[in-house]
Amino acid sequence: MKNLLEHTGIAPGRLHFSWISSAESTKFVDVVKKITEEVKALEPALNYAKTEPKVN
Amino acid sequence: MTGYTEKIREIAARLLTEGKVDRVIGFRKGTVPMMNQPHYVTSPAMAGELIWDSHCGLNLANYVTDRKERIGIVAKGCDSRNLVTHIIENKIKRDQLVIIGVPCTGMVDRSKVCALVEGEITSVEESDDAITVSGNGFSKTIAKTDVLRENCAVCTHRNPVIHDEMVGEPVAEQTGVDAYASVKKVEALSPEEKWNYFEDLISTCIRCYACRNACPLCYCPTCFVDESRPQWVGKSQDPIDVRTFHLLRAYHCAGRCTDCGACETACPMGIKVREFTKKLNKDCFELYGWEAGLTLDKRPPLDVYKTDDPDDFIR
Repeated sequence: MKNLLEHTGIAPGRLHFSWISSAESTKFVDVVKKITEEVKALEPALNYAKTEPKVN
Repeated sequence: MTGYTEKIREIAARLLTEGKVDRVIGFRKGTVPMMNQPHYVTSPAMAGELIWDSHCGLNLANYVTDRKERIGIVAKGCDSRNLVTHIIENKIKRDQLVIIGVPCTGMVDRSKVCALVEGEITSVEESDDAITVSGNGFSKTIAKTDVLRENCAVCTHRNPVIHDEMVGEPVAEQTGVDAYASVKKVEALSPEEKWNYFEDLISTCIRCYACRNACPLCYCPTCFVDESRPQWVGKSQDPIDVRTFHLLRAYHCAGRCTDCGACETACPMGIKVREFTKKLNKDCFELYGWEAGLTLDKRPPLDVYKTDDPDDFIR
């Protein structure tokens, strides 16, 4: 999944995967914090965002 | 490849006469040159309608999904791999099928041929390694290797992997071809260049879903693109919707695609839709050593869990 998205031009570092048990609240917080930091460090991704529908 | 047509007709007539199958699926000549049509033959008398040449690019495995009767099916290398995939996925039973194997030397890309001549092609003759196209005021002989479909040019499974009958001697498999050369070229680009490459690739897509319809893997009763509650993907021509469609279509083929090229052959806009699935094929090969449809004895990698499955993308 990650490979093809990055292959088609989604910048590496935007897509993250993790396996967190419902009992691992601290891991959840850690992962979310880390992802937020890493994604914030990248430029805003504007290309895969739909603004207004294209009308021909 | 000359003589395949007679052999296919002979086998089809025999199977139907002996009552071994209820129908034979093959190709008949299309109404337009270089566009053969899938065809059902249900009586020995109809067997003469079947043909075989270098324009049988569609994948006949697409037509056996969930069939209940006994079927004889003409299958080149890639079709046979899709039959294996169908059997593994319980879409048809092995004992319902009589597979008429066709060793294949590649199918011709119609658009490449059309680009080489001016004017409309009205007739096509074929020898073993060349085709001669002619129309109003012109006639041209083209080497088959120059106009092969891109997936056929890098194919390393030309002979059927399962078969009950064979129409000819197995052909030599290609060696030394890099099946993933086109993927590697894109991999070398920067994220922005990659984005633009695919933006350009699918810019002409008209969302006709011919690629999905031609694909033997796409057999869901209701496809995600047709579903409206919930609506998984926007139905408009918006580039984001188009890209989402192509990405999702590709993911549905992960670990199952045999690179038969039916999607590209069917595309009326000449979009290289294989660029998406090919990347997944490459990943599957590199991560799991897997090529789809080669054996009935192994489950596909996305079907099973192994403790040594690559997981370095999970943290």
